[in-house]
Amino acid sequence: MFYLTPRKEIPFSFRIAIPAISIVLTIVFGFLIFSILGYDPGKALYHFFLSPLSRVDKIADLFVKACPLMIIGTGLVLCFRANIWNIGAEGQLIMGAVFAGGLALSFPNNQSILLLPFMAILGFLGGALWALIPAILKIKLRTNEILVTLMLTYVASLFIDWLVRGPWRSPTSFGFPLTEYYPEAGLISKIYFPGIGNISQLHWGVAVAIFVCIFCWFTMEKTIFGFQFKLIGDSPNALKFSGFNESNTTLVLFVISGGLAGLAGMIEVSANIGQLQPNISFGYGFTAIIVAFLARLNPVAVIISGLLIALIEVGGDSAQIALAIPKVVTGVFKGILLFLLLAGETLTKYEINLSHNQKSDLND
Amino acid sequence: MKRKSLLLESRNITKSFGSFVANDDINFSIFKGEIHGLLGENGAGKSTFVKMVYGLLQPSMGDFYWNGKKITIQGPQEARDIGIGMVFQHFTLFPTLTVIENIQLALNENFNLQELRETIIKKSAEFGITVDPDIYIRDLSVGEQQRVEILRCLLQNPKLLIMDEPTSVLTPQESEQLFRVLKKLSKAGCSILFISHKLKEVKELTQRSTIIRRGRVIDTVASSSVSTEQLAKMMVGSEPHNVKSKIVVNSDDCLVRISGLNRSVDNPFATPLEDISLDVKAGQIVGVAGIAGNGQSELMEVLTGEWRSTETIDAFEVFGTDIRNYSPHKRRQLGIGFLPEERHGHSAVTDMKLTENTLLTHHNNPAIQKNSIVQNETLEKLTDEIVHKYDVRTPFHNPLASALSGGNLQKFVIGREIIKKPRVFFVAQPTWGVDIGATKFIRNALIELANDGCGIIVISQDLEELFELADNICVLFRGKLTESKPLEELNAEKIGMMMGGEDLLSRSQGE
Amino acid sequence: MIDALILTILMTSVPLILAATGELVVERSGVLNLGLEGMMLMGAVSAFALTYASGSLIVGLLAGIVAGCLTAAIFGFFVLGLATNQVATGLALTIFGTGLSGLIGSDFVGKAIKGLPTLFPESFSNIPLIGVFFALDAIAYLSILIVFLVWIILFKSKYGLILRASGISHNSAHSLGYKVLNVRWCAVLFGGMMAGLAGAYLPLMLTPHWSEGMTSGRGWIALALVVFASWMPSRIIYGAILFGAITIMQLAGQARGWTIPPQFLSSLPYVATIIVLVLISSRGSAKYLAPSDLTRPFIASK
Repeated sequence: MFYLTPRKEIPFSFRIAIPAISIVLTIVFGFLIFSILGYDPGKALYHFFLSPLSRVDKIADLFVKACPLMIIGTGLVLCFRANIWNIGAEGQLIMGAVFAGGLALSFPNNQSILLLPFMAILGFLGGALWALIPAILKIKLRTNEILVTLMLTYVASLFIDWLVRGPWRSPTSFGFPLTEYYPEAGLISKIYFPGIGNISQLHWGVAVAIFVCIFCWFTMEKTIFGFQFKLIGDSPNALKFSGFNESNTTLVLFVISGGLAGLAGMIEVSANIGQLQPNISFGYGFTAIIVAFLARLNPVAVIISGLLIALIEVGGDSAQIALAIPKVVTGVFKGILLFLLLAGETLTKYEINLSHNQKSDLND
Repeated sequence: MKRKSLLLESRNITKSFGSFVANDDINFSIFKGEIHGLLGENGAGKSTFVKMVYGLLQPSMGDFYWNGKKITIQGPQEARDIGIGMVFQHFTLFPTLTVIENIQLALNENFNLQELRETIIKKSAEFGITVDPDIYIRDLSVGEQQRVEILRCLLQNPKLLIMDEPTSVLTPQESEQLFRVLKKLSKAGCSILFISHKLKEVKELTQRSTIIRRGRVIDTVASSSVSTEQLAKMMVGSEPHNVKSKIVVNSDDCLVRISGLNRSVDNPFATPLEDISLDVKAGQIVGVAGIAGNGQSELMEVLTGEWRSTETIDAFEVFGTDIRNYSPHKRRQLGIGFLPEERHGHSAVTDMKLTENTLLTHHNNPAIQKNSIVQNETLEKLTDEIVHKYDVRTPFHNPLASALSGGNLQKFVIGREIIKKPRVFFVAQPTWGVDIGATKFIRNALIELANDGCGIIVISQDLEELFELADNICVLFRGKLTESKPLEELNAEKIGMMMGGEDLLSRSQGE
Repeated sequence: MIDALILTILMTSVPLILAATGELVVERSGVLNLGLEGMMLMGAVSAFALTYASGSLIVGLLAGIVAGCLTAAIFGFFVLGLATNQVATGLALTIFGTGLSGLIGSDFVGKAIKGLPTLFPESFSNIPLIGVFFALDAIAYLSILIVFLVWIILFKSKYGLILRASGISHNSAHSLGYKVLNVRWCAVLFGGMMAGLAGAYLPLMLTPHWSEGMTSGRGWIALALVVFASWMPSRIIYGAILFGAITIMQLAGQARGWTIPPQFLSSLPYVATIIVLVLISSRGSAKYLAPSDLTRPFIASK
């Protein structure tokens, strides 16, 4: 079908062009899908991609939506670079929220300024501990982490379901599966802009998210740890030869990615919900996988790709409200986008020939 | 000799990959029943040519003639149909399948299993190469695996048998046995195309040889009419440079002391090591000979510290320090350098830039890494220095390691280690798959290093290399190491016997 | 009561058997398709939609198979044609398939169809002790037949040998003249058909209606089953029944008013999967059972 010849050097323009072309093509596919389904494609695309950008407060909402995606996505970038397939960030997010929530609910009257930092630490720990299970199984027994992380996601969501319906249910919730509200000190406040005030729901967690992305980028590109992460992905044997410990590196990566997912869960609840409920995440852990790839596995580009995916999510909501287009269509978009990005990845690494005249042989 | 008719002829065969011409206007012919040598350096284009004969590649230009008739060979199945068989340099066997399944895969016809089993047993007896049809390939030695490769070609009664570097994995004795089989086949009328870069065996075995250099045929000669020196000159294009002379060691300063080294393995593909002892003095090069798969990679992992044990190793001291539990990292800090055999993904990472490949073994240098932060400028300077000093030819500044040819990449990784001036150096197969120019360069660099007082262990399959480099040679066979002996007491035949386990056998019988 | 329980266990295991058998063939050829969930959902929604529209279960089943096959073709295009990362492409397929099936199925939520009838007359199922084994539908018996056929083809025919060889070493298979990519294409498409059929079984037999994401993780459990079966077809049957039993135990427990919280019982299949994975991987020989070129892309060359 195709003949692939490896490129010796990756043209710089490709690094920008591929995500851009992928997005454009996704919109083209969107146009086709909406037409086939009998919606006005112009209107549908407007609600999907432009309406969320039409006002400052709507843009602020994008940042809010992107916040957990950025934090989780940047952790996943480190993992995926290292060829570690933690796809259970959703479960790690839940456990982070549960740990942090446990602390907040244990001190219902606490007004200490320390509560929030401790919740963040516990959130990170919760996610990290949940990720330690697949990490240890992978290191000790070479158990496939894809299936374990995924199964643990189901377990985590059943666990929080049990908590909020059972032992942690608030007596004043009229039977709804909800916990008590967190104390004021356990909530993340909105960013106050002098002279402007708050912009929609924009909160300090977003600032944390951007900081986390930059920090991860610095670690990846400038430090010896980042070198280890890339090395373990490209060639574990070279990692050993270099004198690093494969098991430790793997463990650290699971802890970082799980911990960041946990932190995202803590922030999501403390900033937007204020109490625990059965559904605290809308598939952020899975969506972050696409965010990581859209960023072409660059930790800082996750900021942009997180915003972009948030745009599709928010756009999905707005299209559902305005045109009654089912929300699941966002999944179709995300899937297509991911397909195109992966194909783009091939394009950067190989020259693709369709004809039989340009023969190549890689085995020689 | 009576006039024979041509079996296969190639006229003006050209093969290019993009702008690179791998085969340029190759004219070649082989008679019925002839053993014909195809000689050339690594990368000269021998493999490309025979892959076209076997239908794995299609020529860009030119034609093949079979019994005087023009043919196109679309694929290996078709090649097998007309009577061409091929034994690959890198075996095309499936380790987790049985011998009989592997043989079935190389046959175009469908066989009744029981019949096939009987045929295998009959054929293997006929040629004196016995194999059990129901054993898994992974349980066979490299030599036995090659027998399976050959056997499955023979089952199709080929008219032309292509053998791509068959002796590189065999002991001299096994090679001789193979030559007997090949001569027998040739008498029976089968033509053999024998590819090698070993001049002596080509001269010994073949009737005619064709020499290829940089994709072109240099000449086709009657093998008996030329000397090996003449062949070498045609192959390389100029007189091979001589290797620098090694200063004879007169030191009693023992740098490396290994005794009672044992290693068990949990993997059926690996070889356990048994009671290995070895000393290296300052300025001494100790060669470890042996056929691959006899414990070389396991031994190298012990030397580098990628595998460590304080329980099963009695002593492993360098400069008098017990390093049994030292990580590769700590060993480097002590002044030990090492370089495993595999360039791709072990001693170098092909998908990373040269600077990152430098970082691989220089990250404990405080000028390169300060408080975990990589100092890119210093790193780049050091990389440029290595590239410059060790004559590494790069297509552009700081490319991915994959953009370098095998020889240049090997010069780079060796340079990367030597530039640190290690006082002890462990290296495996330093010139494996490297062109003659780079080979000389690397060997000279190793000798220079030893002359400066470094103690070196060279693990190599290449006897010629060890004779050029080593002061002392020992042989690794099935995980056991013979006592190392000074070069003067040894010759190729003796080492060959040891490589086949003779020495160990006689020793244990004597005990 | 016990009979009914056994019957549900058997029926729950049917889609697992089908999907896992397909995936086993795919993995034996050296490809890991993590998109099982997406292919099953596409099969499920297509089967439901066409059964609803045509009133014919046969049409519905065929639609499920075709949909699974087409979804797998998308996967094949990227993974085989463009040599993309198999793990990521499989995830993309799951996300895509989940979304697209939801979109197609949004009109069908809440509608009902009549499910598959049992293959044998009802009186058969009244036979004491073994009657329950006659109370199943045709697909259930077919699934066992498919496992048997896959075993015959994989281990007793040359085609199967070539397929296994491609999964062990694609370079060797290529050097011997086999078209590795074609072999893998066949395997991937077969895997898609099986997943589509497995998906179709859900709305046509298990729960005769369509709901978004109705596979609820069965695709992932089928993936685990392949490892559990150590890539041997017959073991898939035991594994699937074991998983079916664990799933049903939770329902039975709820019905009998066990005091264990239902969430704990619901998590049993997932926990069981992890335990099984751990047991398999702690058995040292596991790594020699797996096809050694699994997930390694083969680059076409000529």
